[in-house]
Amino acid sequence: MQSSQQYIDLFRQSASLIDRHSAPAMNALRAAAFDDFVRLGFPTTKEERYKYTDVASLFAPDYGLNLGRIDIPVNPYDAFRCDVPNLSTSLFFVVNDVFCSRFLPKASLPEGVLVGSLCEAAVRYPSLVERCYGHLASSGEDGITALNTMLAQDGLLVYVPKGVQVERPVQVVNILRADVDLMVNRRVLIVVEEDAAIKLLFCDHAADDRRFLTTQVTEAFVGERASLDLYCLEETHAKNTRLSNLYIRQEASSHVCHNAITLMGGTTRNRTDLVFCGENASCDMGGCVVADHTQHVDNNVLIDHRVGRCSSNVLYKYVLDHEATGAFAGRVLVRPEAQQTTSVERNQNICATRQARMYTQPMLEIYADDVKCSHGSTVGQIDEAALFYMQQRGISRQEAQLLLKFAFVGEVIDTMKLEPLQDRLHHLVEKRFRGELGRCEGCRLCK
Amino acid sequence: MLEIIDLHASINGKEILKGINLTVREGEVHALMGQNGAGKSTLSNVIVGHPSYTVTQGQILFNGKDLLALSPDERAHEGIFLSFQQPVEIPGVSMVNFMRAALNARRKYQGLDPMAAGDFLKLMREKRKIVELDNKLASRSVNEGFSGGEKKRNEIFQMAMLEPRLSILDETDSGLDVDALRVVAEGFNKLRTPETSAIVITHYQRLLDYLKPDVVHVLMNGRIVRTDGPQLALEIEKRGFDWIREEL
Repeated sequence: MQSSQQYIDLFRQSASLIDRHSAPAMNALRAAAFDDFVRLGFPTTKEERYKYTDVASLFAPDYGLNLGRIDIPVNPYDAFRCDVPNLSTSLFFVVNDVFCSRFLPKASLPEGVLVGSLCEAAVRYPSLVERCYGHLASSGEDGITALNTMLAQDGLLVYVPKGVQVERPVQVVNILRADVDLMVNRRVLIVVEEDAAIKLLFCDHAADDRRFLTTQVTEAFVGERASLDLYCLEETHAKNTRLSNLYIRQEASSHVCHNAITLMGGTTRNRTDLVFCGENASCDMGGCVVADHTQHVDNNVLIDHRVGRCSSNVLYKYVLDHEATGAFAGRVLVRPEAQQTTSVERNQNICATRQARMYTQPMLEIYADDVKCSHGSTVGQIDEAALFYMQQRGISRQEAQLLLKFAFVGEVIDTMKLEPLQDRLHHLVEKRFRGELGRCEGCRLCK
Repeated sequence: MLEIIDLHASINGKEILKGINLTVREGEVHALMGQNGAGKSTLSNVIVGHPSYTVTQGQILFNGKDLLALSPDERAHEGIFLSFQQPVEIPGVSMVNFMRAALNARRKYQGLDPMAAGDFLKLMREKRKIVELDNKLASRSVNEGFSGGEKKRNEIFQMAMLEPRLSILDETDSGLDVDALRVVAEGFNKLRTPETSAIVITHYQRLLDYLKPDVVHVLMNGRIVRTDGPQLALEIEKRGFDWIREEL
């Protein structure tokens, strides 16, 4: 309660400053979000969806906020060098929550496609932002979303107009950069209109050895027959806290492929809510987590089958080492109207040490009678029989363990539809397991 | 080459091997026969260093080296190969990566550089032919979805790749149809040299018809109770094991 009071006071004192440095469409929701936050406070572990992560304690340290939007000088190309071979992307940068408009990709995007600052977009295209912003992310039922809505001043907008297929993947690198411990409240809005398609890759990096806490609320609207691939890769460091709430709404015959990869971080909590609002839509949702030392990674998923004939396929895999803790809760809700739903949910985990802990809760709630659904979860150790077999062929135990871990998460990586990214991730995961991934691949500061 | 002296071994506190003495010289093929539970697989597992078994007494020397002091992978590097009775499926690890890791680990042990990718693939192609293993199997995950026969052929393929000095075939004939048995046995024979030896564990004469062992041993209750020439296997095929027990 104490830590939430700090932010209640902050908002009371700074409301006008926050408004001044944001846009009316974003400011419009602040007062209601504030009321929600006062009522909800930070989620506690007594709440079902926050059972495994003590969020309030994460806010206890004293973080600075950049409410006055002081320019933080940074050359993102200095801080980040993406060397995904053969992956040609349109590369954008977001530093903390500020879109870097000085560093844009050379090749232009197809006509009408927008990738840019959410705050600026809210001024230039108010009707677009107003009709979407805050419509999926309800601040009334999640304290983190409430806090984010109350404090977020900027972030990113991705808009793909009707019928436009963006061929080249769009890569957005979020760089955390600060000279003091910093809290970032970032907001992302993704709108993919009817028959449009885009592949997005978000990479989270931390360029400074500071404590960072990021709340990120993402709303993604996927129109009829549209397609969205959304890959989120976190490679930060042990002092980083990531609280991500992602809300996806799918219309009829749309397709979403979402993958959350946590390679390096301190505390990570990803809430992902996906709702099917039109028939014949499908989603493939995956995640892979490689955690060690005191890392904590919690993925909380809700798939809401509101209408019939949709299919969802969820696969999360964790490899936990040392004293790392992992949590996965996946609730698939098949409402009475959602006949002929197909849904598969799997969560498979390896605890490589006795100290590593995994909490897993696959949930399936079915209220319709004509469905095909399954769910399951496993927690185990590395297969001793396979280890011995490999050792008998001359592979050392250590190397064999590595190959087996690598193969284990490889299944998730192979579900991604960007082949160069797959190759890259296989490489990154291997380096991670070998302990060669210092903090984040490509950051000059880490070398 | 291999010298086993008064070997006792147990699993979960239960003694299985109760004083094995066995010497295998260069170029020899030894058949190891015996009823289920006699300790044949235990002996092969102990030789390759399976962690579930504890050696309580005795010695194993391999070319003069104390084998029991080496880890399973070091034993493999020294040239010992076990064709598993039940080869393990390893989803997600391709045969190519598996073999490359194995081969390069041994090269490192020998102080050699890793093999160039082109040379390695060429070697895979050559060795595959020995057991008529097709290209598709080689690109798949280790043993995953392989039929029983394919798994056994894959064992001999790995043996061809690693060129061991001592091969142990643990019921490599089980689950094979006649044609697959011929392919596997002929593959094995192609790999034989005057410097390599083998221990063949089997219940049946038909594998031995191909492999032509020099010596046949009968294992009973954790001890070798009878050692003789190839005719012993033929006699067992006709009369079973009871007469040996009665003679003891």
